[in-house]
Amino acid sequence: MTTTVGHAAAGAFVKRKFDPETVRTDFPILARRMRGKPLVYIDNAATSQKPRQVIEAVRRYYESLNANVHRGVYQLSEDATAAYEWGRAQVAQYLNVPSPAEIVLVRSTTEAINLVAASYGRGHVGEGDEVLISAMEHHSNIVPWQMLCEEQGARLRVIPMNERGELILDELPRLLTDRTRIVAVTHVSNSLGTINPVKEIIAAAHEWGIPVLIDGAQAAPHGPIDVVELDCDFYAVSGHKMFGPTGIGALFGKRSLLEAMPPYQGGGEMIRTVTFEHTTFASVPARFEAGTPNIAGTAGLGAAVDYLQKLDWDAIAEHEQDLLTYAESKLSEVPGLRIIGTAERKISVVSFVMDGVHAHDIGSVADQEGVAIRTGHHCTQPVMDFYNVPATARASFAFYNTRDDVDSLIGALGQVRKVFGL
Amino acid sequence: MTYMRELYQQVILDHNRSPRNFRELEDANRRACGDNPLCGDKITVYAKVENDVIEDVAFQGTGCAISQASASLMTAAVKGKTVEEAEKLFRAFHAMVAGGADGQEGEADTEKLGKLVAFGGVKEFPARVKCANLPWHTLHAALSEVDAPVSTE
Repeated sequence: MTTTVGHAAAGAFVKRKFDPETVRTDFPILARRMRGKPLVYIDNAATSQKPRQVIEAVRRYYESLNANVHRGVYQLSEDATAAYEWGRAQVAQYLNVPSPAEIVLVRSTTEAINLVAASYGRGHVGEGDEVLISAMEHHSNIVPWQMLCEEQGARLRVIPMNERGELILDELPRLLTDRTRIVAVTHVSNSLGTINPVKEIIAAAHEWGIPVLIDGAQAAPHGPIDVVELDCDFYAVSGHKMFGPTGIGALFGKRSLLEAMPPYQGGGEMIRTVTFEHTTFASVPARFEAGTPNIAGTAGLGAAVDYLQKLDWDAIAEHEQDLLTYAESKLSEVPGLRIIGTAERKISVVSFVMDGVHAHDIGSVADQEGVAIRTGHHCTQPVMDFYNVPATARASFAFYNTRDDVDSLIGALGQVRKVFGL
Repeated sequence: MTYMRELYQQVILDHNRSPRNFRELEDANRRACGDNPLCGDKITVYAKVENDVIEDVAFQGTGCAISQASASLMTAAVKGKTVEEAEKLFRAFHAMVAGGADGQEGEADTEKLGKLVAFGGVKEFPARVKCANLPWHTLHAALSEVDAPVSTE
C-alpha cells in the first residue's frame, strides 16, 4: 500500500478507478473561467473545492430536512437529528474512531484546539508546567497554548526542526519532562508540506503518560486517518479543507479524556438539568456542543466523507506524489527560484521564493493567468522567521489537480519573470 | 499582460529595483514603524522636520514591489514639503489608489500627484491597495508623532 500519511486503508469502499479528469467533473467550480482563462486552483491547503455531492447535501438539508436537532418530538426534527448524527458517524468512520460519541462537532480545527486548550488545559496545566508544540505549527496550534501558558504561568516549549523542515526527534527526550502536561503537533505542515512522524512522537509522549493532540487539518484531505493506529488522544480536522463546507470541523477525543473534561462553552444542548442554583451537564459529546449546531454543515461534511470513502486512496497517493515530484522538478528549472521545505516525506504542497520578486507580486501576476496560489506567511510566522523570508508563494495540490495545472503555474512564473525583467 | 503593466508600471519597477532614500536617517526627529501583517510587509519611515518643513526623509524595510516603490516615490515626493502639504498629498494619493472608496471625497488630483500617478492602476487590484498605502500611513504616523506601530489590519 502506497500511503503517504499513514492513512487507514479504505479498500472496503473502493468503487471506481481513480482518474483525476473524471473526478474534476464532480467539482462545478473547476469549470469556472478566471480573467478569461481556465481557473487553475492550487490553493487547496487554504481551502478545498466542493464536489456536487456536498453542495447537494447542504441544499437537500435546507429543502427537506431543516428543523432543530435533539428536541422536537415531530418527524422533521427527527430527520434533522438523523442527518446531523449521520454526519458525525461519517467523520468517526473516516478517522476510524471506535464510537461516534468520541467525535465533538466544532466550527474548525482552530476551535477544536481551543476547546482542548481551554477545557483539558486549564484542568491539567498549572504553574511551572510545560506544553510542548513544534517549530512548524500553524498559528492555530500555537496561540491557544500560548494563551493557556500565560494564564496558568506555564511554559511553552518547541520541538525544533532542521533546514529541510523536518522535526528533530533526537531533541524529544530532552523536551519531554516530568512537567510536560500535553503535546500538540501537526500531522502535516501547511507551509512546508512535511509529513511528521506523529506516531513516534505519540509513542514517546505516552512513555511519560503525556496525552497528544494532533492537528490533522492538512492530513485529512489526503486520505482517511486511523486514530486507533496512531493512538493519539485528540485529533482535530476542518471540514472545508477536506472538501466539505466551511464552518464545520471535528475533534476526536478518547472517551476517557473527554468524560473527565469540563464543558467548554455553556448554553443549550450541553446540559442535563438547569436551575438558578446549579446545572448538571450532558454526557459527551453533547457537553461540548453548546447551542444549535451547524446542522447543514455537518450534513455536508458527512456527504464529503461519503464521497472521499468511495475514492481509491492508493491511486490518489500515487497521483499526488507524482504531482509533487513533477512540480518540484519543474520549479527547480525556474532561474532564481528556491523551494522552502524539502523534507524526505512530503504531502503535495510546495512553498517557494524567487530572487528579486516578493511573493505577493508573484501571486498578483499568477492571478492574471488564472492561477490561484497562496502568498504570504501562511499563518506560520515562526516558520518564515526560521527561513528568514518575509513570505513565500505556495502551490498546494488536491487529487483533482493535474500536471496541466503545474504547467500553468510554470507558465505564470514565466510571466512573473517577464514583468519584472528577470 | 497589458493589464499587468497597469499595475507594474515602469517607474514602479525601477523604484522597486533601486529604491531612493533607502537608509536610516541618523538625525531624524520623527520615526514610525508600519507593517502589513497579512503579507509580512514591514517598513520604518524616518523624517527630519524643521519649522514644519520635511527637510529629509528616508525609509527601510522589506515588502512587495508595490510597497517598496510606493515608499521610494513617497520619500521623493514629500522631501522639502511642509507637513501639511505632505498630508494633502497623502489624501490625494489615497483617493487615487482606493478609487474614491472608504469615505474619500472627490476625484484624485492627478496634477498634484506628479510621478505618483503611476500607482493609479492599483485601484483595480483591491488586495494590493494596502501595499501602496502602508508607507503613507507610516509617514503620517511619524509626522503625527504617534508612538504605536502602524498596522494595515
